[in-house]
Amino acid sequence: MAAHTSQSVAKAAGGDGEDPVAARGRSRRTDTATARNDGGVRRALATHWYAWAMIAPVVLVLGVIIGWPLARGIYLSLTDANERNVGRTIGANHIEATYKFVGLDNYADVLADPVFLQRLVWTVVWTVLCVSITFTLGLALANMLNREFRGRAAYRMALILPWAVPGFVSVFAWRFLFNRDSGILNKILEGGGISAVPWLDDPTWAKFSVVAVNVWLGVPFMMVALLGGLQSIPGELYEAAEMDGATAWQRFRHITLPGLRSVSMTVILLSTIWTFNMFPVIFLLTRGGPGDSTEILVTQAFREAFVASPRDFAGSATWGVLILALLMIFALVYRRSLRKQGEVW
Amino acid sequence: MRRGIAATALVATLALAATACGGDDKGAAGETKAGGELSGTVTWWDTSNDAEKASFQKIAEAFTAKHPKVTVKYVNVPYGDAQNKVKNAFSSGSEAPDVIRADVGWVADFASLGYLDEVPAETAKKVDAEFLPQAAASGKFEGKTYAVPQVIDTLGLFYNKKMLADAGVQPPKTLEELKTAAAAIKAKSGKAGLYLRGDDSYWFLPLIYGEGGDLVDAKNKTVTVDNPAGVKAFKTARDLVTSGAAITNATDGWTNMQTAFKSGEAAMMINGPWAVADTYAGDQFKDKANLGVAAVPAGSVKAGAPQGGHDLAVYAGSKNRAAAHAFVEYMTSQDVQVQSTKELSLLPTRTAAYEQPDVKSSEMVQFFKPAVDKAVERAWIPENGSLFEPLKVEYTKAITGASSPEDAAKSAGVEFRKILKGWK
Repeated sequence: MAAHTSQSVAKAAGGDGEDPVAARGRSRRTDTATARNDGGVRRALATHWYAWAMIAPVVLVLGVIIGWPLARGIYLSLTDANERNVGRTIGANHIEATYKFVGLDNYADVLADPVFLQRLVWTVVWTVLCVSITFTLGLALANMLNREFRGRAAYRMALILPWAVPGFVSVFAWRFLFNRDSGILNKILEGGGISAVPWLDDPTWAKFSVVAVNVWLGVPFMMVALLGGLQSIPGELYEAAEMDGATAWQRFRHITLPGLRSVSMTVILLSTIWTFNMFPVIFLLTRGGPGDSTEILVTQAFREAFVASPRDFAGSATWGVLILALLMIFALVYRRSLRKQGEVW
Repeated sequence: MRRGIAATALVATLALAATACGGDDKGAAGETKAGGELSGTVTWWDTSNDAEKASFQKIAEAFTAKHPKVTVKYVNVPYGDAQNKVKNAFSSGSEAPDVIRADVGWVADFASLGYLDEVPAETAKKVDAEFLPQAAASGKFEGKTYAVPQVIDTLGLFYNKKMLADAGVQPPKTLEELKTAAAAIKAKSGKAGLYLRGDDSYWFLPLIYGEGGDLVDAKNKTVTVDNPAGVKAFKTARDLVTSGAAITNATDGWTNMQTAFKSGEAAMMINGPWAVADTYAGDQFKDKANLGVAAVPAGSVKAGAPQGGHDLAVYAGSKNRAAAHAFVEYMTSQDVQVQSTKELSLLPTRTAAYEQPDVKSSEMVQFFKPAVDKAVERAWIPENGSLFEPLKVEYTKAITGASSPEDAAKSAGVEFRKILKGWK
């Protein structure tokens, strides 16, 4: 989580959601222009050769680290490739690839399997719970910190702490805390006369635990992003509202929330995508268990790829592509609904 | 000009690749056997647990004393991650170990994927002649020997002698007796009778064997986990927990089991020789004599425990195969096996090692050797290792009550048939 969040905060915290959008709009316009005007390609190259040269490394790197794996993944999902039939060289042994193209069979299999629907339902519940709780807490904390008081810097530091610790370290720490027999949480509860809670041993409690840890990890990002948004709301608005006799709740409802719109829409989209694919929290905390009760789509894809033998490359690629498709549909619908409400992007 | 550079680079790469290949060939034949002496580095991925690893590292590094030009690089890979890590390393070839310690259930899998180098003919002959036959069988795939057995084990019932004596009970021989004994222990000390691991399906095996069942019938290519004996085994697991005879966890089972047994929170546990060294480190077992081991309690049909153990195998892509095979031979030699028995109470795989006084006098060996001889040999099929993960999901669900024994057995059967394509 931490690795992803770092860049987006700058974007969100600055409250300049429009900036990259504007850039994207401009580049698209250039694209269509070149496509329409065939003769202009050479001229565009000649005029803007330095621009092309500048972006070449980025395009190359993106192509290698994103484009190629993506294309390969989509291709594999249309084959019956597994560990036993892909080509490989082990020392002196060369083994030829013998997998073949099977069309959409893998997709039909996965979609017909009730497991897919079960995982999808829990993944959606998990995402909605995590994002809504994280957002609410983040908003509350941001509002509390968006005023002058002694030790504000210290508070901010403390609240950002979960974010500064590498994700897997905090998850392991939580796993120790949650341990039913010797974890600190249950020791404390025992002191209060409450019998041990099966944090990770009971399907419902395990769901609660994974959501709690993910919220704990996600709040700092929300808070920092929303704090940035709050600070970009002009103070005059509040002053004017106060003059008109608006209550605190009215000021929050009619100034703060609209003022945070562009930031909150961005962070909700990002947070949704990350949570949907939050592999480490689930995998390191419960390994999808007890049983398979906390298994989300990505951990299921991992199971297909790495747990079974021979490893099912085609099957896991299929899960991967389906996850990608779901998120793309979500992003499209989300964007469209925003556009309807008059947002620029 | 630019094309010229590309062409030059291509030629250079090809030339490099060609020389690299040539170098390899020479290396395998020439370098390692220069003057009949082994040299180079042998990387060994060991999967032994925290209590065992120091001893194995010492033994492995002592190989250098015999072959001064060989450096042994010892790497401890936690057992739980090892199968995946080994596969990643072997399939990509980068940073791959030369020698691995493979669970007996993994050998056929790795061999079937072409990852393992066949054991040299002379060694293979020795394996057949000098090792326990059931151990030797685990290293074979389609009639060829791919691994040399290092240790052999099975599960037994570990018990805290003092706690059982205080409660006035004998080590239980059947699960019914175990329930009575657990009730007596609870009445006496308030502690749990048995810790039964609920997060690892290996611990399901004694239960299903006890009901006369098995996971699969490899001879008839039939999945048997969902037949009546299988259902009964899932029921038994749940019953042990609901009746209060056993405590369990769905996560962190190993740590919780060892902690509970070592601190006297549980009077009994089902475990194997690999746990002995760690158990002796516990408060309750400062006097080693307090630890007793008995056969796994019988179910309604019989008592049965799985035959397990670890084999050593050489990576087919190893650059130093001659030294690697020599290392395997050393690690499975009688001296080393006797030393492991002495230090870690592990069971040798060589028949003759059991005649050694150090082995003969080990209390753990005295119990485990007859148990190993009676242990149920699993089908050595490539899919062996991958049956445990789907089984774990269902076992955990059944033992924690998240699904009924019938549903658990049925789902396990469905998952098994997905893995074993074409089986009944």
